Amino acid sequence: MHRFANPARFLRLARALQPWLLAVTLPCLVAGLYYGLFNSPIDYQQKDTVRIMYVHVPAAWTAMFGYAMLAVASAIGLIWKHPLADLAGKAVAPIGAGFTAIALATGSLWGKPTWGTWWVWDARLTSVVVLLFLYLGYIAIWNAFEQPQRAAKAAAVLALVGIVNLPIIKFSVDWWNTLHQPASITRMGASAIDPAMLTPLLLMAGAYMGLFLLLFLLRMRVELAERRVAALQLARSRAGEAR
Amino acid sequence: MSGFLAILARDLKLARAESGGALLAVQFFALGALLFPLGLGPEPAMLSRIGGGLLAVMALLATLLALDRLFQQDHEDGTLDLLLTAPTPLWSLVMGKTLAHWLLTGGPMIVAAPVLGILLQMSWPAIAGLVVALALGTPTLSLVGAIGASLTLGARRGGVLLALLVLPLYIPVLIFMSGTVTAAETGLAFGAHVSILGALLLLSLVLAPWAAAVALRQTGE
Repeated sequence: MHRFANPARFLRLARALQPWLLAVTLPCLVAGLYYGLFNSPIDYQQKDTVRIMYVHVPAAWTAMFGYAMLAVASAIGLIWKHPLADLAGKAVAPIGAGFTAIALATGSLWGKPTWGTWWVWDARLTSVVVLLFLYLGYIAIWNAFEQPQRAAKAAAVLALVGIVNLPIIKFSVDWWNTLHQPASITRMGASAIDPAMLTPLLLMAGAYMGLFLLLFLLRMRVELAERRVAALQLARSRAGEAR
Repeated sequence: MSGFLAILARDLKLARAESGGALLAVQFFALGALLFPLGLGPEPAMLSRIGGGLLAVMALLATLLALDRLFQQDHEDGTLDLLLTAPTPLWSLVMGKTLAHWLLTGGPMIVAAPVLGILLQMSWPAIAGLVVALALGTPTLSLVGAIGASLTLGARRGGVLLALLVLPLYIPVLIFMSGTVTAAETGLAFGAHVSILGALLLLSLVLAPWAAAVALRQTGE
């Protein structure tokens, strides 16, 4: 853990990883979109609208993964006081919020033709809206304090408190009898989805995850560069005062 | 324990000294609730249907209203720095302050709720359900609110930020409070809703004072 808390080493690792991630993400995205949108069976009830699944479900998965990552980074930041973990939380939050918004928007577009409504106050949908607001609250805390250390701590506590929402999202469809369909892929025994549909779904999940990590590494590099610029400016103004 | 009781007594005494400021939340609760019949029309059937949920929402907002003062004054006049160095564990002091907050907001709301329920044409079973729901729900609101209040201490535009942080966390409490009222009104068993409200209260009793104490420590650094 402490090995990767060194910004210089992290940057080296990030630069080395990026081409590989790109090499995995792009083919996954192209193949996933092709199979998902053109070459997968249509649903006997939903017809072509089932294809929204390939952009909706991976977005929801990525949104939840992002929050889990935010919480882990926050815990590491609070316990071991690694500035890099704080920065990781700051970097990951807008990406997670973006994927949450994509999941909500595509879900709404899917809901209109299949359920006949853009929105229902169902447990799964409501808890995902709460997820979006937790992300936004986390970002707002970062912007509300003068000192970044204080902002990082406050934001981290909020992220950890908000983790109670993740199991609610995951199990909402089992606990409440609602319009949103129950889990069909990650359940005990065989997956309830046809392999012809599962393959493009998993390809898209890989593409989203790769995109998520790419954006994360990019944002980390920007954050570290900003920190460096701020430190250099501070050093320069100090040197100016000394003269 | 003595620290807990001392801070509780102090906060209550301070609130009484402010004469009137202490019961601001319950006044807001009542006044806000009375705006709805004027805005939506005084139809008894409609009012009795929405009354429970409406009062539950007002309880959230009234709790929120009094929250930013929970630690603000102590932070400004330096009391908080003394509390941070006190031998009593910080979480128990947070519990004392939060209990004082609840006695001044949630407690009066529970007392006022039946009267407002009558004004909103709610049935007696629904009013009983509402009182049970508020009795279990409002302490949770105060406890979760204490986390938000400690996080936003010294933040720019802390009040707005506080609402943004706390309201999403209030949603489960709201859902099960109004669920209790609806179940009680229709004569269904509301034990499940009440149990979940109780579980939320126990969970926040364990987690909230600790989280708020962690957040308060950061202000002293």
